[in-house]
Amino acid sequence: MTLGPYESFIVTSYVLVAAVVALLIVWITVDYRRQKARLRDLEARGVTRRSGRSASDMS
Amino acid sequence: MTLLDLANPTRFLSLTAKILPWLAGATAVLLVIGLYQSAMAPDDYQQGATVKIMFIHVPNAWLAMFVWGVMSIAALGTLVWRHPLADVAAKAAAPIGAAFTFLALVTGSLWGRPMWGTYWEWDARLTSVLILFLMYLGLMALWRAVEDPSRAARAAAILTLVGAINLPIIKFSVDWWNTLHQPASVMRMGGSTLDKAFLIPLLVMAVAFSFLFVTLHIAAMRNEILRRRVRSLQMMQAGKPSAS
Repeated sequence: MTLGPYESFIVTSYVLVAAVVALLIVWITVDYRRQKARLRDLEARGVTRRSGRSASDMS
Repeated sequence: MTLLDLANPTRFLSLTAKILPWLAGATAVLLVIGLYQSAMAPDDYQQGATVKIMFIHVPNAWLAMFVWGVMSIAALGTLVWRHPLADVAAKAAAPIGAAFTFLALVTGSLWGRPMWGTYWEWDARLTSVLILFLMYLGLMALWRAVEDPSRAARAAAILTLVGAINLPIIKFSVDWWNTLHQPASVMRMGGSTLDKAFLIPLLVMAVAFSFLFVTLHIAAMRNEILRRRVRSLQMMQAGKPSAS
């Protein structure tokens, strides 16, 4: 597959899209872990929901 | 499963925990198929290989507008029905929509330079999409600036609905004004003008990016629910009544 004289424009476009999508995935994954850790920390200190259910339990 | 089941955040977390891995898997498979078809698509007789930029530019541009549409429905959910997940859905969608809009702008610019001879032109289509990107950033800033979640939700919902006026302007800008941007060639009266060799990879990529959005959106909504639980527990710990 040859991309012709504008190869750099095509490759840059695809690399940029891949990088931004990867960034979104990493950001959402890290955010999830951070919120779960904060909930576990609060529950370990005895702060629980009014319902008594675990705030970090999602099953 | 009914809509009422999903209206409960705990039920939403439980249900989405089961479907999220399947959605992620389907997204990955669709992206692989779409990228393969994009790579194998022939060169355009005028544009050459740069037509391959279309397979990522157009899905991002469609989703940039679609996500704001989703946020507008969620805004109605906040203002009219006070749905417990409406503001969560809108807030979680905004950064993803901003990312798609940014990618539509940059890939369009990278496509424009070899085809039009310029990276940027202040014409109606490009400018209205830039305004959409700035509106996404403004909305995200608003959610961060207002501390009370219910006040932030109402203000963001109103701003979202006002911003929805921009969607038909973006869509019809190529018909209403003179612009460098080509007119609609897929979603138009009388059917697509694209040859199947380009249309099929484009549609597969559009479906793949739509799955990507749904997957990321559900994951971000789950995070937002957890963030609100953290805030609620912190307020309880501090002895204050929680507004969220």
